[in-house]
Amino acid sequence: MSLAGDILTIAAVSAGAFFFVAGTVGLLRFPDALTRLHALTKADNLGVGLVVLGLIPLAGSLREALKLICVWLLVLLAGATVSQLIARVARQDGPQP
Amino acid sequence: MTTTATFGLCAATAVGLGLYGLIANPQPLRKLLAFNLIGSGVFLLFGVVARRSGGAGFGSDPVPHALVITGIVVAFAATALAVALLLRLFNATGSATLRSDEPASAARDSTGA
Amino acid sequence: MTMASALETALAAIVLGVAVWTIAARETFAAVVGFVAYGLFLALVWVRLDAVDVALTEAAISGGLSGVLMLGAAARLRPAEALAAAERSGETQRLAAALLSAAVAAVLAVGVLLLPDAAPTLAPAVTANLAATGLGNPVTGVLMAFRAMDTMLEKVVLVLALVGVWSLAPDHLWGGHPGPRHLADPRGVLAFLARLLPPVGIVVGIYLFWVSSDEPGGAFQGGTILAAMWLLVIMAGLADTPAVSRRWLRLIVVFGPVVFFVVGLGGLVAGEAFLSYPVAYAKPLILTIEIAMTLTIAVTLGLLMSGIPERSARR
Repeated sequence: MSLAGDILTIAAVSAGAFFFVAGTVGLLRFPDALTRLHALTKADNLGVGLVVLGLIPLAGSLREALKLICVWLLVLLAGATVSQLIARVARQDGPQP
Repeated sequence: MTTTATFGLCAATAVGLGLYGLIANPQPLRKLLAFNLIGSGVFLLFGVVARRSGGAGFGSDPVPHALVITGIVVAFAATALAVALLLRLFNATGSATLRSDEPASAARDSTGA
Repeated sequence: MTMASALETALAAIVLGVAVWTIAARETFAAVVGFVAYGLFLALVWVRLDAVDVALTEAAISGGLSGVLMLGAAARLRPAEALAAAERSGETQRLAAALLSAAVAAVLAVGVLLLPDAAPTLAPAVTANLAATGLGNPVTGVLMAFRAMDTMLEKVVLVLALVGVWSLAPDHLWGGHPGPRHLADPRGVLAFLARLLPPVGIVVGIYLFWVSSDEPGGAFQGGTILAAMWLLVIMAGLADTPAVSRRWLRLIVVFGPVVFFVVGLGGLVAGEAFLSYPVAYAKPLILTIEIAMTLTIAVTLGLLMSGIPERSARR
C-alpha cells in the first residue's frame, strides 16, 4: 500500500507541477489579460488539484485528507471569483498591447 | 550551507534592500513598502536565531516566535496608521508627496470642508 | 548539497528576487503585488524554520491584510501617481543609499554567520513550565502565560492605532462611517462570494483560535480571518461599515484589553503578581482572555483596514 501510495504521490505531484509550469508560461507569454486568466485557471484548478491528490496518501487520517480537499475547493472558489472580476474589468478597458 | 546560514543571509539582504528602497524612493507608499520589507527581514533574523537554539524536544526556541508574532501585528497597526495619514495628506493637498517646497496651493479638502 | 539545502537556497533566492521586484518596479500596483507574493513566500520560509504559528501570522497579516491595505491605498492614490512617478532621487543620493544599505546588510550577515555555536535557549524553561498552564502549544503558552504582559500591551497598541486613524477625520465627519460605500451588483460574482465564503471563514477562524491550545494556531490568526470575512461582506456592499461613534462598536474594541487587565488584577489580588494565574484555573482563564481577544482583534483589524471616517454618521 505504501509503495502504491508513493507512486501515486510522485506521479500526481509531478503532473501538478507540469500544469503549474504550463500556467506560468501562459501567464508570461500570452498577449492579453483574458488569455492569461485562461492560462492561470489551469494552474489553479488542475495544478493544485493534482498536488492535493498526490498529498492525500501522505495524510495521516481521513479527516486530514478531507481538510486538504477543502483547501482545494476554497482555492477553486477564490480563483473562479477573482478571474470573473478581473475579466470583467479587462473587457471594459478594451484590448491593450 | 546550513538552514540558518541560508536564511540568515536572506534576512540580512532583505533588510539591506528595504533600507535602500526606504531612502532612494521618493513616493511615500513605496517607502512604506520598503519599511515593511525591513521589518520582515528583522523578524526573519529573530526566526533564524530561534532556529539555532532548539532543545528539549522542540526544533526551535518558542519564545522569539511569540515576540515575532507580536511584532508582526504591531507592524501592521503602524502600517495602517501610516496609510491613513497618507490618504489624509492626499485628501487635504491633492498630491501624495513629501517634498515641502511645493507652493502651498489653497488646501482644498476634497470632502468640502 | 542535500535536497533540503538546495530547496532552501532556491526558496531564499526566490524571496530575494521578489523583494528586488518590490523595490524596483515602476508602477506602485506592481510593487504591491510583489509585496503580497513576498509575504506568501516568506510564510514558506517560516515553515522551514519550524515556526508554523509565525508562518500563519505572516501569511494572514503581512501577506493578506497588509497587501489589501496597500492595494486600496495605491488605487486611491492613482491620480497622484503620474506626478509622483516623475520624481526621482538624485544619482548621488541613490549611490549613498546603496552603499549604506550594503554596509548594513553586510554587518547583519557577519553577525548571523559568527553567532556562537552553543546557542542560549529558553526551550527547556518553557517545557518545564508548560504543564502548569494546561496548554500543549508552547508558543501559545509564551504568548498567553509567560509573556502575557507583552500581549496585553499589544492589544492596547492596536486600540491606540485605531484611535489614531479615527482622529484623522475632518471635523464635520467626526464619528462617521469609515471608508467609501462599496456598491456591487447584488446578483454578481462578488456578492455571491460574500454570501458563500463567510460561514466557512467564520468556522475556520474560530477553529484556528480554538485549536491553538495544543496545535499551531492562535487568537491573532483566527481573528484575522474573521476580520477578512467581515471586510469581504463590506466590500461586496452587503453591509456598511458601522459609524465609529456607535457605543457597541467602541465597547467591543476595548473588550479584549479590559478583560485581560481585569484578569491580571485578579491575579494581583488573589495570587502573587499581576497576570499570575492560579494553577487550577489557568486554562479557563486563558480561554476567557483568548475569546475576548479574538473578538477584539477581528473588529479592530477590520476597522483599521476600513480607514478614516468619510461619511457622516447622521443621514
